[in-house]
Amino acid sequence: MAAHATYSYDVLVIGAGGAGLRAAIEAANAGVSVGLICKSLLGKAHTVMAEGGMAAAMAHNDDRDSWQVHFADTMRGGQYVNNWRMAEIHAKEAPDRVRELEAWGAVFDRTPDGRINQRNFGGHRYPRLAHVGDRTGLELIRTLQDHTTYLGVTVHMEHTVIELILDGGRAAGVLAYDRERGRFHAFTAKAIIMATGGAGRAFKITSNSWEGTGDGHALAYRAGAELIDMEFIQFHPTGMVWPPSVRGILVTEGVRGEGGVLRNSEGRRFMFDDIPDNYKPQTAADPEEGWRYVMQDKTARRPPELLTRDHVARCINREVKAGRGSPHGGVFLDIAWIKEKISDAPGHIKRKLPSMYHQFKELADLDITTTPMEVGPTTHYIMGGIRVDADSQESTIPGLFAAGECAAGINGANRLGGNSLSDLIVFGKRAGEFAAQLARKSEQPKLDDGAVERALNASLAPFERGNAGENPYKVQHDLQDAMQALVGIVRNEGEMQEAVKKLAGFNERASRAGIDGHREYNSGWHTCIDLRNLLDCSEAIALSAIERKESRGGHFRDDYPDKVAEFGTFNISTRRQADGTMKVSRLPLKEIPAELKQVIEEQKQ
Amino acid sequence: MSQATFRIWRSEPGGGSGAFTNYTTEISEGMVVLDAVHKIQAEQAPDLACRWNCKAGKCGSCSAEINGKPRLMCMSRLNSLDLNEPVTVEPMRTFPLIKDLVTDVSWNFRVKKGLKKFKPRKPDAADGTWRMAQRDVDRVQEFRKCIECFLCQDVCHVLRDHDKHEEFIGPRFLLYTAALEMHPLDSDDRLQDLKDKNNIGYCNITKCCTKVCPEHIHITDNAIIPLKERVVDRFYDPVTRLLRMITG
Ligand SMILES: Cc1cc2nc3c(=O)[nH]c(=O)nc-3n(C[C@H](O)[C@H](O)[C@H](O)COP(=O)(O)OP(=O)(O)OC[C@H]3O[C@@H](n4cnc5c(N)ncnc54)[C@H](O)[C@@H]3O)c2cc1C
Ligand code: SF4
Ligand code: SF4
Ligand code: FES
Repeated sequence: MAAHATYSYDVLVIGAGGAGLRAAIEAANAGVSVGLICKSLLGKAHTVMAEGGMAAAMAHNDDRDSWQVHFADTMRGGQYVNNWRMAEIHAKEAPDRVRELEAWGAVFDRTPDGRINQRNFGGHRYPRLAHVGDRTGLELIRTLQDHTTYLGVTVHMEHTVIELILDGGRAAGVLAYDRERGRFHAFTAKAIIMATGGAGRAFKITSNSWEGTGDGHALAYRAGAELIDMEFIQFHPTGMVWPPSVRGILVTEGVRGEGGVLRNSEGRRFMFDDIPDNYKPQTAADPEEGWRYVMQDKTARRPPELLTRDHVARCINREVKAGRGSPHGGVFLDIAWIKEKISDAPGHIKRKLPSMYHQFKELADLDITTTPMEVGPTTHYIMGGIRVDADSQESTIPGLFAAGECAAGINGANRLGGNSLSDLIVFGKRAGEFAAQLARKSEQPKLDDGAVERALNASLAPFERGNAGENPYKVQHDLQDAMQALVGIVRNEGEMQEAVKKLAGFNERASRAGIDGHREYNSGWHTCIDLRNLLDCSEAIALSAIERKESRGGHFRDDYPDKVAEFGTFNISTRRQADGTMKVSRLPLKEIPAELKQVIEEQKQ
Repeated sequence: MSQATFRIWRSEPGGGSGAFTNYTTEISEGMVVLDAVHKIQAEQAPDLACRWNCKAGKCGSCSAEINGKPRLMCMSRLNSLDLNEPVTVEPMRTFPLIKDLVTDVSWNFRVKKGLKKFKPRKPDAADGTWRMAQRDVDRVQEFRKCIECFLCQDVCHVLRDHDKHEEFIGPRFLLYTAALEMHPLDSDDRLQDLKDKNNIGYCNITKCCTKVCPEHIHITDNAIIPLKERVVDRFYDPVTRLLRMITG
């Protein structure tokens, strides 16, 4: 069987979240032909769910802010295993990228003097997040989507890429199926940009949408690209825990930015009990100072609820394990209490956090203006991904670029809230620019018919097995349970080794997955295909986590609970070998230039 | 644990004919219709087609008609429905069916392409930025909450019953136009188009769109009526005035 149709573009973008759209805009503006493929309808990508805001040192709310402070905050948050060049570019370019959105029609919340308003967020020294209430992601994606509409980009919606095809070691094209009819489509391109987002669906409790199956990570990996930092998963401290069907759905950090506090079942603000030394100089001494910070008093330091996500998540985990949790296995997040401090607190809360108000009212029958929420950690973001060149975003495969959550480097061991949306537009733009540049000086590659046919036939195998094969949903659930239990928020050698064994079993079951019915919009079939990607990502996560025998950022091991200086000198990389097995190695970090080192030192006080 | 029955629309491949099939499944506290559909998918009907992404009312993918009402499946709690009767779940009826609960909404993307894009005035400050007061953007921010679920398009009788897809852009895009017209920075003019190409006049303010909007946007009162007033002021006012003069 051959593909139903073949398309050729100069630049092909896979993914229509913030990163993919921004890349497509840049490439189209450079005058090359651009194709855009996404699994869902346009405007529905995971980016739409982002709430709190995007970080950019515009210094509107505090003129002490600058790219240097943003850079230092990002490096500290990432525990210094970040790609420093990416962190530098990001801090320097984010303000321009945000302003550009305004020129394209985005309507951010305003400061009293009419500029873009910026809010406080965990790990950011000054108010830095440009936002629109708590629906910043929607504003970002809609602005980019509407802007793209007029640029002549060809969009292939509800198409899923299942194979990345090389030609002489260079990225040459992809094979995809469309959901509607289940037909296959081949694409060739002179440059390909992966912007496929995250892999949260490898875990049972996650804030990610169904699309987060790590496709880009896995497609690139299977084609030979290097992945790094896969052990670093961000567990967001505040996901919903009740009712069970909404477990994992995100409760934005914005709640804490607006004064929300965490309490255990004894009513204690337990975050004051455990403040890491390197954050002590910047953390409030008592609740009173914390509140002044929320009120934007520049002499006050931030409350401990706004410490980095990895730390807050572990503190919550500890309270629950110690039996001081809430009735459904979380802790309490209370924003209603601010009525003691301000008049019309309910009105204020609804204005500042409208979708949170909505979400709890409709999904949990709970009014957050009167009642504390129950929250607990949820798998949120993957710091690890495709290794790229900091300036161009090109991966280790020539002609293949990556941007956004599926690329790695900027966040190191832990991402600061708000740094993803800005990452998408900063590096989305760069990927688009450099991909277009490469395309202009390249020939249209040829797709190897044999490779297309092999990929196509392999993807149809589940139909031959039919209902007699393994139920793909069941394999997926079992995988999610295993990853959650064994490679989750607190890890150790024994459990992770067990996970690796189990993964082998899941791989074997996945290769026997079967499905009945037709190819039209068949979710069961799609799940069979997604499984491969989830499994490759899970293996990379587990093997990298085993290799990192220390605790750092999002990676915490109770058998190695401390940070070890030696492990701060390299990233862990995973790569597919010729025999199909995964090779794990240590990739030394590049030396930080003296002037950037100095920036970091200056900000340590 | 208790059980509930769902009467779900299943279509033949290639669209066209179809029928309701009943599925009975276990339900638990807090479940929404989308959870039930997923459970049925995982346990009884793996090839059942439905769209969803966020499961939190944020992406506007999971639009359907539940017991005849256009709603998001992920925001429809089972305890808000009468479970003594089977719960009917069917696709949006205004759009062509693709399969089961999935419809072809591509018309909406084409409509947007035909509308004039945002055109900002010259920047206010030397650094290329603008100044806008919060009170001046409140209204536009309300409109920009739209998650493009197209439920309002589904329910609008001009599209649903009269099939005016070629002439009328529907409430979603009247709202979109209002967001641009009332954007403090926008410098283009869409009134002529509204009157002649988009046929805002077809809307007779039944407010059905506002009632189904999951984002609780006041589509009719805040967007469509002010646009109609602008159109009337521009194109018809002198005429009404003239009429008034003649009839005294
Ligand atoms: C609830 C929530 C709130 C968040 N809040 C914030 C916040 O306030 N600030 C912040 O900075 N970050 C936030 N984040 C993180 C941030 O939203 C994401 O990291 C970011 O949106 C990822 O964007 P992306 O462009 O990389 O990918 P995505 O938006 O995930 O888009 C991926 C795209 O790739 C496509 N795709 C995937 N696989 C394939 C395939 N095989 N074939 C074809 N297409 C494919 C998808 O269809 C989609 O279009 C939040 C995340 C969540 C879940
Ligand atoms: S108010 Fe107008 S746009 Fe809305 S449903 Fe009625 S006729 Fe349609
Ligand atoms: S206006 Fe409301 S109902 Fe219409 S598409 Fe937008 S969110 Fe949906
Ligand atoms: S799944 Fe996103 S709105 Fe229902």
